[in-house]
Amino acid sequence: MTHARRSRVIDDLRDRIAHLEGGASRKQLVLPFGVPEIDQRLPGGGIACGALHEVAGGGSGTVDGAAASLFAAGIAARSKGKILWCLTRPDLFAPALSQAGLHPDRVVYCEGDKEEDVLASLEEGLSFGGLGAVVGELVRLPMTASRRLHLAAERTGTIGLVVRRWRRQTEASDYGNPTASATRWRLSVLPSEPLPVAGVGRARWLAELMRVKAGECAEFEIGAPDAKGRICLLPVSRDGSNTKAWRGSRAG
Amino acid sequence: MPADQPLVVVSKSGSKRWISAADTAARKLGLKTGMPASKAQAMVANLNMVDADPVADAAAVERLALWALRQYSPVVAVDGLDGIVLDTEGADHLQGGEDLLLSGMVNKLRGLRLTARAAVADTWGAAHAIARLTSAETTVVPKGDVAKIVVGLPIHCLRLPADTIQGLRVMGIETVGELSAMPRAPLTLRFGNEVGRRLDQMFGRVAEPIEPLRTPELVEVSRNFQEPIGAAETIAKYVGKLVVQLSARLEERGLGVRRSDLVIHRVDNTRQSVRAGLQKPVRDPRRLTRLLCDQIEKIDPGFGIEKMALTAVMAEPLSEKQIASSLIEEAVLDVTPLVDILGNRGQRLYRMTPVASDVPERSLRRIGPTDDETGADWAVNWPRPSRLLPYPEPIETLAVLPDQPPVLLTWRGRRRRILRADGPERIFGEWWIRPREMQAVRDYFVVEDERGERLWVFRAGDGVDTETGSHRWFLHGVFG
Repeated sequence: MTHARRSRVIDDLRDRIAHLEGGASRKQLVLPFGVPEIDQRLPGGGIACGALHEVAGGGSGTVDGAAASLFAAGIAARSKGKILWCLTRPDLFAPALSQAGLHPDRVVYCEGDKEEDVLASLEEGLSFGGLGAVVGELVRLPMTASRRLHLAAERTGTIGLVVRRWRRQTEASDYGNPTASATRWRLSVLPSEPLPVAGVGRARWLAELMRVKAGECAEFEIGAPDAKGRICLLPVSRDGSNTKAWRGSRAG
Repeated sequence: MPADQPLVVVSKSGSKRWISAADTAARKLGLKTGMPASKAQAMVANLNMVDADPVADAAAVERLALWALRQYSPVVAVDGLDGIVLDTEGADHLQGGEDLLLSGMVNKLRGLRLTARAAVADTWGAAHAIARLTSAETTVVPKGDVAKIVVGLPIHCLRLPADTIQGLRVMGIETVGELSAMPRAPLTLRFGNEVGRRLDQMFGRVAEPIEPLRTPELVEVSRNFQEPIGAAETIAKYVGKLVVQLSARLEERGLGVRRSDLVIHRVDNTRQSVRAGLQKPVRDPRRLTRLLCDQIEKIDPGFGIEKMALTAVMAEPLSEKQIASSLIEEAVLDVTPLVDILGNRGQRLYRMTPVASDVPERSLRRIGPTDDETGADWAVNWPRPSRLLPYPEPIETLAVLPDQPPVLLTWRGRRRRILRADGPERIFGEWWIRPREMQAVRDYFVVEDERGERLWVFRAGDGVDTETGSHRWFLHGVFG
């Protein structure tokens, strides 16, 4: 009885807060991963459209951002419409995006000279409306800038994805600073699925959901996006304890 | 007419005939401009002589100026009989800077079989003189260096009448430096105020605005202000009004604008311009206003703006098109407006499209962001890395020849033990592109180290025959 009443009070409070935040009038759309275990950890059951999401790599992925950009490409591939990909370092290899389900006709690249150009292009792309997703590769994402991007995304309902990649691995501690993004992911590579024969299997990633608005942190072991941009959940690897220890030394 | 035979152009005035231009071959033989035609004929046998046609020359120079107006700068005018002058301020960044602007222009003119000299300087006078006097094809005078450079130039480059030049020479003045050191009053008394004006124009002491070239078929609208305006909001308001007028004029002619220039006349008799380019012809006032207003911060209103003129420098036919109702089918969103906005900010926009080549760095090509969709996709089944290094980086490896992947690998100072690998994917050189690749072979491997990081490495050569490559190992990409 008391429990039910308390939850009603909390629900009521949540509604009022949502009303204050201004999102109440709009129906929040989400893009589910199609993996129930991941989707139920995310509010609304998927990656929220009209919000900003941050993705970064772990380990040496902080510098090359290879896994993070593929993860972002997988999300973008499952959205509808064209994709704007803003970057300063043109080392992205388009055939790999195509293998993650992002057809080359859908992606418009926007190459700028400075980080600020990328931020401006991101904001312009997000407020344009009608794009499926806008992806930007950034080193720094200050709170104010992320807030602007988030607001622009909220107005049009476009997914904003920021791939964070740093110049040096030690600079990645910047990822702990608060931003306005709705979710924050860290993708680290794990030894790939063992195959019965010699060879390299589907890439296995540790996807850490480091921060999520109105939700709890979680971590998953996932398989890299397939040709349709879908990820899958893999059973936790046997040497899970080892990876934990390795991660522990990296945290902080 | 054979190219190696000397050719001169002969001008005529009454019974006097003289050479007004000579080509390289003729100049090598000692023919000079200003030489009597009969003397030239006496010096060189079989001399090709063409009668000068000043009207056609002027028309050609004007055509050239119009071409420059469309391509390079909003403010272009004919300079003298043999040149054009451009205001490059605010226009050079679109070509990648002043150096690239000049060399690109000279190269394009060479493609039209015209020899051109180009110079950029702070003032029209200095640029005029330097372009005509130096032997270099392109000259860029750094900002503020004009005064140092022009003092050594001869006085005939000052755009003064010939008899004034002659009179100054009689006085023993040969260079601009000497002339500028003379007291001004006696000079004015003797030659009029033209000498002082040209000197001041060359040094940039008085403004010399360029009256931009306009043709009747250019659609132009302008607005004069009774009181000078200066606030960004006011400028934006009147830009909006001008764009509406321009769109109406374009609609009458069935045109859409591809490139438009907003020229701003300030009260101190200087001009500024803002250019907006579009991917496809447009006459939607909202889009055009947005593009121009995006650049308002580049405008320095100074003491105020008294006139604004908006020109459709490049216009293309644009017909009305019926759009299918969104009830029938889902509208395909056009990203051209976004591309225009970002492109006018100087961002490089492109799409990638597959090229039928097995060599990874050649398997893709940049195309325009709004080009037609090709529908083509890469036809490889092998995994491709999401990051490709700009150049393959040499790595140190421990590998068994001929066809085993490396067991140990050192890249950027870090040693990795390879646990799993896939390959080789053999890629042959494309001898039809580069003859040296006749026998070249690359064997690509996907390798995974003990941490799970997956790298794309290749060995130059097939591991047996050293003709096919050096057998050294390189890292070409990083998988996620």
